[in-house]
Amino acid sequence: MKWFWYASPQTFFPLAGTIARVCWVIAALLALAGLYIGLFVAPTDAQQGEAYRIIFIHVPAAWMSMFLYVVMAFWAALGLAFNTRLSSMMASAIAPTGALFTFIALWTGSLWGRPTWGTYWAWDARLTSELILLFLYLGFMALQAAIDDPRRADRAGALLAIVGVVNVPIIYYSVQWWNTLHQGASVSLKSSPKMASIMLTGMLIMVFAFWAYAIAAAMVRVRCVIREREA
Amino acid sequence: MLDALRGVLARDLLLALRQKSDVAVALLFFVIVASLFPLGIGAEPNLLRAIAPGVIWVAALLSSLLSLGRLFAADHADGTLEQILLGASPLGVVAAAKTLAHWLISGFPIALIAPLLALQYDLDASLYGVLALSLLLGTPVLSLIGAIGAALTLGLRGGGVLLALLVLPLYVPVLIMGAGAVEMAGAGMGGQGQLLLLGAMLVVSAVFAPWAIAAALRISSE
Repeated sequence: MKWFWYASPQTFFPLAGTIARVCWVIAALLALAGLYIGLFVAPTDAQQGEAYRIIFIHVPAAWMSMFLYVVMAFWAALGLAFNTRLSSMMASAIAPTGALFTFIALWTGSLWGRPTWGTYWAWDARLTSELILLFLYLGFMALQAAIDDPRRADRAGALLAIVGVVNVPIIYYSVQWWNTLHQGASVSLKSSPKMASIMLTGMLIMVFAFWAYAIAAAMVRVRCVIREREA
Repeated sequence: MLDALRGVLARDLLLALRQKSDVAVALLFFVIVASLFPLGIGAEPNLLRAIAPGVIWVAALLSSLLSLGRLFAADHADGTLEQILLGASPLGVVAAAKTLAHWLISGFPIALIAPLLALQYDLDASLYGVLALSLLLGTPVLSLIGAIGAALTLGLRGGGVLLALLVLPLYVPVLIMGAGAVEMAGAGMGGQGQLLLLGAMLVVSAVFAPWAIAAALRISSE
């Protein structure tokens, strides 16, 4: 494979367009299927009633919000280490999508919390760390926006992302550390999932839909960045 | 290498000594912020006792943030920083020395004065030691993390506010552990766990932060 062929922004530009088109279609189809299963097929939860159906948006968004930060830091670090322009562009292209998913996770979580916990917001460990994650994304974007020279913006953002990525494991393990209000994880690799398999199917389909959306959005944005910088 | 450490440390401390008002302002800020809370919340002793660790820690954190902007700004403005970058002494060591000086000027006095504020908040006298110790362990971490942000935002427009946005989220674990240590000790469970975690954060950040600061300084002054 000619991996390094596509490391150049000029040659990557058309490929990004193709990937974006394919991923838009995949995202739309999977989201339709996942939402259909989630809203119509999956049974009502015995304890939480209909309110639980928000997990079909909430859980994938929360997963993606954390995962995208790691991906962003990975590309940023690659750009810092090997001076590859495209890697840094990928990092800046992923950041807004990650921030969006973080916001969606917080928003849907508070909508779910109102009927279930009786409150929109609780100072629970996971909520708080998700909020901090949003601040980390916003800080990354604000730092890049404040620097006019794109090379310096890339490198400064990369360093910040690497420092911030230390925070992502803290988010993940915060549940065990400060065991509070948030319910324990329902899905883990070690034990069999504690939810009905049809719910799990719907949720996993939504996860893949969000994946496809994230890739498509990042590709569209990286095309904009390439146009801006390389024109 | 130790010469560079000693030299930069002595120079920064001397500079701070010649401009005592800068040091005093940050300390005064700490005291004022902590004094504002009873005025805003009300002077109910039980309430004050409950919020004291958190308020004192937040005030310490903001005061540390306030003085961070000046950490590299003067050296950047008059060209000293460029000479340091060109010089032979390892940049990580210089960064560590400058951060240590910043802590001695900003964090250390805060840790010393904090028991006085705890007195105002009617905190139990047995907790003064834990509070001071948690600040002694925690404020160097604040200086180390903050110095990365200060180096990254060097010479940017709106640098001060941007610095706060970058650094404050990263301060959160320190704040949780620092205030948590005092609260646990107050609840009679001992704050050793939190203090040990603060110590661990200090060790890890003392090892890695100087190199990150050095990298940030190189990025900012290309």
